[in-house]
Amino acid sequence: MTGHQAYTGIPRWLYGLAALAALVVVLPLAAMAARVNWANFLPLVTSEPALAALGLSLRTSVASAGLCVVLGVPLAVVLARGRFPLSGLLRSLVLLPLVLPPVVGGIALLYTFGRQGLLGGTLEVLGLRIAFSTTAVILAQTFVALPFLVVSLEGALRTGGQRYEAVAATLGASPGTVFRRVTVPLVLPGLASGAVLSFARSLGEFGATLTFAGSLQGVTRTLPLEIYLQRETDPDAAVALSLVLVAVAVAVVALAYRRPARPAGNKATTRPTAAAGPGGGVT
Amino acid sequence: MTFSLQAAVVERGFDVALSLGPTETVAVMGPNGAGKSTLFSVIAGLLRPDSGRAELNGRTLFHLADGERTWTAPHHRGTALLAQEPLLFPHLSVLDNVAFGPRSTGTVRHLAISRAMHWLAEVEASDLAARRPEELSGGQAQRVAVARALAADPGLLLLDEPMAALDIHSAPLLRRLLKRVLTGRQAIIITHDVLDALMLADRVVILEGGRIVEEGPARKVLERPRSAFAAGLAGLNFVPGTSAGTGILTSGGRHIAGHSEDPIPAGRPAAAAFPPSAVSVFLDDAHGSPRNSFTVRITDLEPHGDLIRVRAGGLAADVTPAASADLGLLPGLTVHFVVKAAAVSVYETWQNLSDGARTPEVPAET
Repeated sequence: MTGHQAYTGIPRWLYGLAALAALVVVLPLAAMAARVNWANFLPLVTSEPALAALGLSLRTSVASAGLCVVLGVPLAVVLARGRFPLSGLLRSLVLLPLVLPPVVGGIALLYTFGRQGLLGGTLEVLGLRIAFSTTAVILAQTFVALPFLVVSLEGALRTGGQRYEAVAATLGASPGTVFRRVTVPLVLPGLASGAVLSFARSLGEFGATLTFAGSLQGVTRTLPLEIYLQRETDPDAAVALSLVLVAVAVAVVALAYRRPARPAGNKATTRPTAAAGPGGGVT
Repeated sequence: MTFSLQAAVVERGFDVALSLGPTETVAVMGPNGAGKSTLFSVIAGLLRPDSGRAELNGRTLFHLADGERTWTAPHHRGTALLAQEPLLFPHLSVLDNVAFGPRSTGTVRHLAISRAMHWLAEVEASDLAARRPEELSGGQAQRVAVARALAADPGLLLLDEPMAALDIHSAPLLRRLLKRVLTGRQAIIITHDVLDALMLADRVVILEGGRIVEEGPARKVLERPRSAFAAGLAGLNFVPGTSAGTGILTSGGRHIAGHSEDPIPAGRPAAAAFPPSAVSVFLDDAHGSPRNSFTVRITDLEPHGDLIRVRAGGLAADVTPAASADLGLLPGLTVHFVVKAAAVSVYETWQNLSDGARTPEVPAET
């Protein structure tokens, strides 16, 4: 703290409300942390069902984050730069899972991939049964997490503009080369934070998973489902596992929104990173 | 081995025909919004015109007409673009930036690198090869950008105000560099600076409102401007009208006396041009012949070197600070601008601009 702080223009009462807002988020977490049974913490979080759930959660979340990158990057590029009719409508539809209750997503997935669903018959013929399998968990998580990647990447693509791409093309680079050697490297920070966010969203997914994939230990019972189950029988275990999820979430947010370590003297030519993030957007 | 273009973009009111000789550099000048950037976007393939045709070194860039839909993608055109900002790829080293063009067109890595080293040496930036773009000064970055554009071996180099973002120390260095590397190449340079036109270009094209209003060797355009914009570049007062005797008749019906090198038949489009230094400022109507006197109201006074430039009624006069103080010149004051007929140059402004394919004239200074 120095005595020469620049004028901020924030009215004093705003600090009070801001503190209240922070409390709304922090207080429940603190209250939960206060209830942790530290004596039994390790046994609680290393019990066989807990480890199975944690392992499944991590595996499926990595898979959905990967799926989000593979599918979300083309979608974000097309939405940000493509010119085609009804692109606005497509964007709204793709972002729908952000505001949709996940249980509704689960029902929608069930009527798509379930035995009675739209593609269920076809998949049955091919010998594929998706509903109530680990694949269903990954699908449900991808459904809810994809918009996070698309939004953060589309933001990065838009703020960056296309001037580098235009220059690359006049230097003789084909659209494929431009995408690979210019577009992707330039939005890498946005892509990384988008991937981390979609991983985090997958990790916390509950409603769609329960509806579409069920709760079978080791197959579809992810950590949030395990916590919900334990809450009835063993509150101490539920609290301990919740803390594990909080820790993972904190680590993920720290990773996604850390200020990029760049050399001083940045030029205006560098693109903003993590356009969707509060700590990002620093040029 | 030439370049020719005819293109129209209806929405922007753009309609331009332009051609270049095999080793010609053309400077394109014009006010903001004149269509200079549109011209480059059309040539580089970043904007599809409504109709037109362009060829570069015997190859069709586009041909859009009834029943013709030929379109070459930007990366197959060989028209490297150098913008106001260097736009070096921030994630690549200087060397990889310069090697980007050759690599993109399939040159194997070690050949691309040696070509990049060659062009870095050409722009005196070999010592920067290992740096990241963010570690370069503005002038260094623009030099590297020149090397990157040249390493792509473009058939036509498009330079969009390459000096505009540089400070006054870096600009002369880059200008000298461009003078060297543009020799023997086809290039178009958009610039606001008369110096660029004089030093780098064989010919100047003035764009206004999406059309070419004037073109010719830089010296000629500056000596005898045919558009208000070119006159502004040359720092001359410019009054268009029709020829009448040894002077011109303006559209407002007033006669301006001057002299012309060759006699001009009456009634031809003509202009009178005279430097602000030839204009005297009086508070009362001065008499004496042969003189032109304009009664004008002062709009602005601004410093101009060690003189004061008085702007009034679309004309400019240069007076000493002492004279300005003696006369008590202020914006809003009505004064008389007086210029001797001998200082007024009168010439025809008619020019066949549709003949864009003419052989370029080689200026004396190159």
